[in-house]
Amino acid sequence: MTETPIDPAIDPAAERQLLALDVNGTAYEVLCESRRTLVDVLRHDLRLTGTHVGCEHGICGACTVLVDGRPARACLMFAAQAEGARIRTVESLSGDDDGRQLSDLQQAFRDHHGLQCGFCTPGFLMLAEGFLAERPDADRAEIRELVAANLCRCTGYQSIVDAIESCATARRAKEATEATATDETPEAAEATGEER
Amino acid sequence: MKPAPFRYHRARDTEGAARLLAELGDDAKVIAGGQSLVAMMNFRLARPRHLVDIGGLRALDHLGTDSTGALRIGALTTHHTVETAPARRLGPGFDVLRAAMGWIGHLPIRTRGTVGGSIAHADATAEWCLLAVALDAELHTHGPRGPRRIPAAEFFFGSYTNALDPDELLTEIVFPRPAPHAALTEFAERRGDFAIVSAVVDLDLAGTEVRGGRVALGGVAPVPVRVPEAEQVLATGGSFADCAAAAAAAVNPPDDANGSADYRRRLIGTLVRRACEEARAR
Repeated sequence: MTETPIDPAIDPAAERQLLALDVNGTAYEVLCESRRTLVDVLRHDLRLTGTHVGCEHGICGACTVLVDGRPARACLMFAAQAEGARIRTVESLSGDDDGRQLSDLQQAFRDHHGLQCGFCTPGFLMLAEGFLAERPDADRAEIRELVAANLCRCTGYQSIVDAIESCATARRAKEATEATATDETPEAAEATGEER
Repeated sequence: MKPAPFRYHRARDTEGAARLLAELGDDAKVIAGGQSLVAMMNFRLARPRHLVDIGGLRALDHLGTDSTGALRIGALTTHHTVETAPARRLGPGFDVLRAAMGWIGHLPIRTRGTVGGSIAHADATAEWCLLAVALDAELHTHGPRGPRRIPAAEFFFGSYTNALDPDELLTEIVFPRPAPHAALTEFAERRGDFAIVSAVVDLDLAGTEVRGGRVALGGVAPVPVRVPEAEQVLATGGSFADCAAAAAAAVNPPDDANGSADYRRRLIGTLVRRACEEARAR
């Protein structure tokens, strides 16, 4: 590809803009060039390096984050386009600040060997996190189709599908148990009502 | 790679976007979902000096049927919105559109990519461009010389070129009538890739009898094309196999790295027959 000289009329340094971003529930202000993609702002300006960047043209999915709850490629968005949206990255999954307490989805990836080198994992986790929120009843066929969105060169995908399916199944079972428990609550309260 | 520097402008409304485009001229590009444009800018295949972001124009994000039975889709409606639309917004007459969404990229692309963006980008293999041509969509635009309504058949000029002026904005895509017995199918080497060949068949059925229909192909020419020879077969009571053979014989597909012309003809035969069968079953 021949590189034409950068237009002197546009000085990149002069094109900085102040952005207000909501990432993992925290409000950030970032001064950056217009051409900065969301993934570069996350990694370089906010130092949230959990989100990886691979191909930079929307093929590999390593940079997948949630934009207003839905999976999106952070390399195919300028950071300026993310103003006003709620961004979630892989750092938001863990239950504590140092990331040691794994979420059920992360634990499922670990239990099912859904990763080897780990480069693609943040993208797969956010892809699955956004998808399961919208399709909690997803079956294996849908999950297989979903994971075609991202590239993994280690696992051969089977273990990733196993992990996501197992997480979905466990969440459904937990919800069913909680629904049953909620149903029983009024009766339980009634039964013990006189004693209170 | 990283994109070349540019100046970012955020439009507040359709008028404002049109004014900005008129002011900035040829150096400006409109960005909606950015799922094609940002990739091209990262590759520096596109290096606009100005980007006009219309992503915040809520008035262009709508989907629903009007009193005439036409389906009106705002240009900023995402593929994902169409894919997940409830029946009250996207009735059974337009199931073909909902079902076609699964062919567009992958979920994280469909959550950001827009119907208008896809049509304005005018990739020869894009599903929306093919659907617009096959189902006689009308494309509504807004520009400094007033609004225009352009039939899809006159909209696409060639690969990535169309009837939109540089200072004109695509605002709405209108599918004038339901197509209850229509289907899109395609073939790509990997799921979510650009189609090598894609086909839409829209049948006119009386009960189970085929009275006629429309046949359109993507990936066989610089723009999506209708195939009158194949439609003639449907109108005269020919079989789906004959219709598919007529389609394969009628077009002169390109010979390139994605497939030879012969290979594409074989694909056309298979895909048109498959689309006919899916359309009848719908």
